[in-house]
Amino acid sequence: MTEVTTNEPDALALEDVGKRFGSVIALQDVSMRVPKRQVTCVLGDNGAGKSTLIKILSGVHTPTEGQMFVDGKPTTFNSPREALDNGIATVYQDLATVPLMAVWRNFYLGNEPTKGFWPFRGLRTKYAKESCKAEMAQMGIDIRDPEQPVGTLSGGERQAVSIARAVHFGANVLILDEPTSALGVKQSGVVLKHIRTAAESGVSVVFITHNPHHAYLVGDNFYLLNRGRMLAEYTKDTVSREELVKAMAGGAELDALAHELGAET
Amino acid sequence: MSTTTAVDDRVATTSSLTRIMRRPEIGAFMGALVVYIFFALVDQTGTFFSLDGTARWTDVASTYGIIAVAVAMLMIGGEFDLSSGVMIGSSGLFAGLLITEYNIAVWPAILMTFVFAAGIGFTNGWLVVTTGLPSFIVTLAMFFSLRGINLGVTKVLTDTVRVAGVDEAPDGGIRAGYESAEAVFASALTQYNFRIAVVWWIVLTIIATLVLTRTKFGNWIYAVGGDANAARNVGVPVRRTKIILFMYVSMSSCLVGIISLMRLKSMQAGQGVTQEFIFIIAAVVGGCLLTGGYGSAIGGTIGAAIIGMAFIGIAYAQWNTDWTWLFLGLILFAAVFTNSLIRRRFQGARR
Repeated sequence: MTEVTTNEPDALALEDVGKRFGSVIALQDVSMRVPKRQVTCVLGDNGAGKSTLIKILSGVHTPTEGQMFVDGKPTTFNSPREALDNGIATVYQDLATVPLMAVWRNFYLGNEPTKGFWPFRGLRTKYAKESCKAEMAQMGIDIRDPEQPVGTLSGGERQAVSIARAVHFGANVLILDEPTSALGVKQSGVVLKHIRTAAESGVSVVFITHNPHHAYLVGDNFYLLNRGRMLAEYTKDTVSREELVKAMAGGAELDALAHELGAET
Repeated sequence: MSTTTAVDDRVATTSSLTRIMRRPEIGAFMGALVVYIFFALVDQTGTFFSLDGTARWTDVASTYGIIAVAVAMLMIGGEFDLSSGVMIGSSGLFAGLLITEYNIAVWPAILMTFVFAAGIGFTNGWLVVTTGLPSFIVTLAMFFSLRGINLGVTKVLTDTVRVAGVDEAPDGGIRAGYESAEAVFASALTQYNFRIAVVWWIVLTIIATLVLTRTKFGNWIYAVGGDANAARNVGVPVRRTKIILFMYVSMSSCLVGIISLMRLKSMQAGQGVTQEFIFIIAAVVGGCLLTGGYGSAIGGTIGAAIIGMAFIGIAYAQWNTDWTWLFLGLILFAAVFTNSLIRRRFQGARR
């Protein structure tokens, strides 16, 4: 791995991590660093091992080999809850919000603000609605009515709700699983802006995507994952967008195809 | 609803009409008004509109409503319970047999029956969340098992298919505790014969509504029914939430079982069977989505009220009561159809 360039420990790091499911090797010798307050992109095509990597980082899977470090300390997660308690929040592509529920109910889901004593402990509905609105406004999204179901928001706004929620509840590390893959061009732009905002506000972001164009726009560091291995590692200063796209596609002859594949779906 | 208020709530402020129309139970509420006026008009006896008539239909509606509210909560949580009807019989028989065959005092027997019902509900819920099988199948199996047990055990212990004489002590007097239990579960409140079950119904509806809209647990119920994966990802205890809901349904069936046992002083082995669908109809008429994640507790109550009005109203109209089932079928379809129209128009929610 590359030398540590600052004294500050990385928010998250993996060293020679591997994961086997029976005889299937899903990940092998994966090392990566997620420096604080930066956007670290993990690029990979379908089947590259992105999902397994996310699940290791978010505590769903425990790696079979190697070691994970949180804030420089060796750490093992046995459940997503443990990862959350360590300030690592994951926003899954489609599984982040409940469409039929009001925006404010989604925002506070799992962290509901309450008052009073059991059995009279109630939700602080008025506070929750107002602070949800304020929090979303900070992300640049005007929720006129926090009572409206999340299903009525656009895809980009829904991702923003998830990101705002994770940041609000004290996430130090934010893992984003393909946040732009289901979105249109404009909405992707909105989400990319939120990713940048989150990083600038002090959050370390892991941005997992198959789209090198999106990654290049917001990323500080880039990791290329293929067939369960870390193929390459770049920083923003050492790579151009064209190089990144080419590397991602695995060759010049795939360049054209990569643009097509990387285009909006 | 006027056409001028068809507001796109994503880009404009929400009008108060849209706010009201967005309530899940609004269709059922308007339907209940229509049904009430309809039966008041076709009434041949002149009693439907009176306090006597109101006491009759609220009596029917209350025993349906107590369970329908629980079934609505469970449906919002994304699950079904087909054993909710047969549990009325199981609980009544369980308490009745403890009292008559084992001479256990009335109140301890009632307490033990609620524990038993909680256990059945826990079993339903635990099996659903552990096996991952649809609750439709798991509770259908529970339904048939309990139906068999109800008949089998009752026959073995009493040589008949009913438990009788809950109020009679072995020495011929009134059994200790029966009178107080009867007062709590089955007494008539007024000269018009309003039953205390109506109070249970209203109180449980209020509590369920508060839990659903004003507590953390209520938020979890909507979340596990709307998207269990999303809920799990943000740390909601999905399994626990579902199991508690199943327990609540079984215990509300148990309450109705105790109410009928105290009222009739006896219990048939087949009691409650076929009623499970009435509760589901009430919940769905009340605006609950079959797929979960949407609905209200008061919707189940309004649905039960409509069904109560239908049962009594058809009798007062002096029609053959066989037509009740046709009416239920039609009202179910009409309610679900209008609910989905309203939802599409005012909610814009997908699904």
